[in-house]
This record gives sequence, C-alpha cells and structure tokens, in this order.
Amino acid sequence: MSKSKNSKVVRYNRWGYIFLIPFLVVYVIFQLIPLVSTIYYSFYEYYRVGLMQVGPNWIGLENYKSIFQGSELLPYFKNTMIMWLIGFIPQILVSLLLGAWFSDNRLKLKCEGFFKVVIYLPNLIMASAFAMLFFTLFSDLGPINSLLLNSGILKERFSFFSNAAATRSIVGFMNFLMWFGNTTILLMAGMMGIDTSLMEAAEVDGANSRQKFFKITLPLLRPILIYVIITSLIGGIQMFDVPQILTSGSGSPIVKGVKTSETLIMFLNDNLFSKNYGKAGALSVFLFVITGILSLIVFKVSGNDKKAK
Amino acid sequence: MARAKNQNFSKGASLHARRVIAYIVLIFLTIICLFWFYLLFVNATRSNGELKRGFTLLPSKYFVRNFKMLLNNKELPMIRGLLNSAFISICCAGLCTYFSTMTAYAIHAYDFKAKKIMYTFILAVMMIPTQVTALGFIDLIRNMGLEDSFIPLIVPTIAAPVTFFYMKQYMDSTLPLAIIEAARIDGAGEFRTFNQVILPIMKPAIAVQAIFTFVSSWNNYFTPALVLHDLNKMTLPILLARLRSFEWSKLDMGMIYMMIAFSIFPVIVFYLCLSRFIVGGVAMGSVKG
Repeated sequence: MSKSKNSKVVRYNRWGYIFLIPFLVVYVIFQLIPLVSTIYYSFYEYYRVGLMQVGPNWIGLENYKSIFQGSELLPYFKNTMIMWLIGFIPQILVSLLLGAWFSDNRLKLKCEGFFKVVIYLPNLIMASAFAMLFFTLFSDLGPINSLLLNSGILKERFSFFSNAAATRSIVGFMNFLMWFGNTTILLMAGMMGIDTSLMEAAEVDGANSRQKFFKITLPLLRPILIYVIITSLIGGIQMFDVPQILTSGSGSPIVKGVKTSETLIMFLNDNLFSKNYGKAGALSVFLFVITGILSLIVFKVSGNDKKAK
Repeated sequence: MARAKNQNFSKGASLHARRVIAYIVLIFLTIICLFWFYLLFVNATRSNGELKRGFTLLPSKYFVRNFKMLLNNKELPMIRGLLNSAFISICCAGLCTYFSTMTAYAIHAYDFKAKKIMYTFILAVMMIPTQVTALGFIDLIRNMGLEDSFIPLIVPTIAAPVTFFYMKQYMDSTLPLAIIEAARIDGAGEFRTFNQVILPIMKPAIAVQAIFTFVSSWNNYFTPALVLHDLNKMTLPILLARLRSFEWSKLDMGMIYMMIAFSIFPVIVFYLCLSRFIVGGVAMGSVKG
C-alpha cells in the first residue's frame, strides 16, 4: 500500500523535472554557454584589424594584464562610481525621508497614491529616450540654456556637454530621477513592516519623530537598506544607456586625454563593436566577478540562502 | 495641567509644520519629475523656427506637422520601430510570464531530488547582469545565424530568474497544495492542471510581471543594439540613439522632439492606466515578500 502510494508520488514528482526543462534549456543555451565562451575568449588573443582577424591564439593571462595595466579600466571604473554616487546619495536620502513620511501614521498625508504614481513614473521611461530628451534640452541652443539666460542666471550660453562636472551631474541627476521612486517604495514597504507598538512605546517615553527615526526605524531597516544599496551598486556598474546616448558613445568631454563620462559597460560595448574579443572577454570576467561578489552579499542579507526549503 | 496642555499644543503645531514641509517637498519633487515631460510635450508642438527662438511653457500648433515629418522620415522609420518594439515586447511578456510561472510551479508543487539545488541556483544567478555574457551571446548568435533576427531578443526571456522569484513568492502566499490535490483527484493531468487551474489563480501576479517584462523589453537598448543591424528591424531605442549620429544643425528640432515624445508617451499612457498594479507590484516582489 505504502509502496504504491510512494511510487505514485514519485510519478507525480517526475513532473517537477519536466516543468523545469524550458527554463533549463534556455538558461544553458543563452546564459551558461555564452558565459563559458566569454571566459574562454578572455584567455585568447582574438581581435580584428580592418578586415583581418587575428587569433584566436592562446595567450593565458595577457588580456587581463593589459586591461589592468592599461590606462582605461581604472578611470572608467572611477567615472562609473562617481556618476553612481552623484545619483545615489540624494536618492537614498530623499527615499528615506519620503518613506518615513508616507509610513508615518500621525502625519496622514493626503494624495499619497498620486505622489507615488508620479515619483515612480520616470523609472518606466525608456532611458535612451530620456537621455535623448536631456541632450536636446541641455544642448548649447536648447531651452534650458535660454531659460537660464532669460532669467539672468547665466550671462552667456553654457556648454553643458563640454564640461566634465556638468555632464557627470546630468547623468547622476537622471539616475536619481529614474530610481528614487523605486527606492522609496521599497523602503516604505520595509518601514510599514515595523511593529507599531515599538513606535507607540517610544512616544510614551517622549521620543520625538527625529529620535524615533534614528533610534528605531533606521536600525530595523538595516537589512533592506543594505539590499537597496548593493542592488543599486550592481545597477550602477551596469550604467550604459544614459551616458552612451548623451555623449553619443564617445564618453566625452575628454580631460587630459581621459574620457570623463565613459562607463565600464560603454568600454565593454566599444570593444564588442570593434570586435576586440580578447579584451572584451577579460573585462566581462572582471565585471562578472565584481557583480558576483555583490550578489552574494545580497543573497546572504536577504536570507534567501536559508529560505530554500 | 497647563504644562501638559501647552506641550500638547506645541506637539500639534509641530505636526502641522511637518505636514506643510512634507507637502512642499512632495510638490517640489512632483514638479522635478513632470517638468521634463511637459517641456517635451510643449516642444513637440512647436516648429523648428519657434524652438530656435527660445524657451516657452505654452504649446504651439505644429503638432500635426511635426508628426507628419516623423512619418515621412525614411532614415529613421519610427512606425516600423514602434511595431518591432511592440512585437518583441509582447512576445517577451507572454513567454516570460508563462514559463516563469511553470518553473516556479515545478519548484513549488513537486518534491524531487534536485529541487533545493535548483532553487538556490536560480536565486544565486538572479543578480548577474546580462552584459557580462554579451560577448559569448553575440558569438553564439552569429554562429547560429540569428543576427538581425528577433529570436535572440525574445527566447532568452523564458529563463528569467527575477520573474521566477516573484511567481514563487506569490505561490508561497496564495497557492495551497490542496488545490493541486483536488485537481488530481478529479483526474486532471499534471500539464492540464497547470494550464487550467494554476494559471487562472496566478492571474494577478502574471499581470504585474507581464507589465514589467513588457516595459523592460520596450526600453532595452544594449542587447538589441548588438543584435539588430538592419534599419527595418530596429527597435525604438536604437532608432533614437541613431539621431545622435546625424548632423545636428541640419535636423528639424520639432521633429526630434516629436520622435522622443513618440517613444515616451505610449509608456506614460500605458503606465497611467495600470499604475495601481505597477506601484503595488514593485514592493511585493522585493525583499522577503
């Protein structure tokens, strides 16, 4: 009896494997094989000069040496991090503030739904179209320049995209606009989960709203904050569309021979388009390792490793 | 007594002050979010000459003219781009949600040896960006002869760890195993149970994820730019990016704004209609569900 029941369960459970087939097949073909061949090419001399293809010839770690010793990886990594920080610092501060306001029961803000819809809107906008829009608005003859001239803030036209700080700030500002709504909603969900009796107890003890925020909300929010910071950092490392289109892929302005708005993925994209596969491979592996370490942290923090039943 | 009353009063006043500050900040942020889109709308209705004269917040009357210029532009076939983008995004949304639900169902409903390993594996690879495998990906696409084809942009969405994770979380909270048992007792096959019993229950989650998959595929620029080279196959983001390679001073600015508006406004309309699902769905799939 028990044996027959057991075999029936096993017969059902065979379907677990069957239902996993589409995922596995597609994952192996379009993710795993590309990953393996990316790693493979990183050890080969393999590039194209004009119409002539060189390689693939085994050269071991030469590609890695050349990207780490070259004068490109480090500045581009720095550019990526600077532009990420310009966007992320205001993003996390504004999100914490809005999250605290939206989840404050005593503040009772009206039109909460409306504000949430509005602040989330930029997140869904096509980044390339948004970048194109900012390029036209901030161009030398564009409306922002004429607005600043008319209002007397500027004496003469300012060329935003010839100035490294201005270009980086525009990229950072756009990232802020596109992501602060998303972060607010995530942090708010976390704040809603905080036990209200803790807040009431603090109120009875005479804590003001600032004390409540710093002594109760922030410490309890730590796991979600770490999650938000790391996932945003992973997203920051993938920064591509906005600077690519703002600078037409050039990473300009160039200051002292270094492109000041070229990101890591733009660098990768350049090497892919010029069919410089060895170098692109080494760069991909480098990015894979960084994002891998960061995802491992997210994985631990969000407790997913323990959740698998 | 008087002191307590006084304290109460000051507390009420400070609450009131905080509320005013909150509204001011929120209205400021609302303006910062919407200003660009309003400016885009206004500029899309103005002629080249008007745009070169300067800045205004009032719409003009050249909307139709600019739209006709967009339709007649042979170098950037925007309508074709819109159809390509829509086709790819709809296919992605359908395939991604269907197969992610199926994968989540496999892990949720059955007990098999590799289950735990599979689940951990999918969660572990969830955060790895597609860009790091791009080199191997184009190499593979080239070897398979799939360059300039939509297949490499659509089929890979079948394996979407993020969507899988969302579906699994939704099943954990709303799909009791007893329902599956009941379907089995009624004699339904496993595949039929999935299609006719499970999918309808999962409808709300599928709707949310279909929207997200649609939008992210619609906005995707990196991968399509590597795969598609034929002008008639290009999606909207690639066509827009091509604008940057033209001689800027010779272009009609009204038409440029119209092209940007043409790519942005469908998503805004789509979003405003479905914003309830979307904003609610963001928080649901994140940390710890």
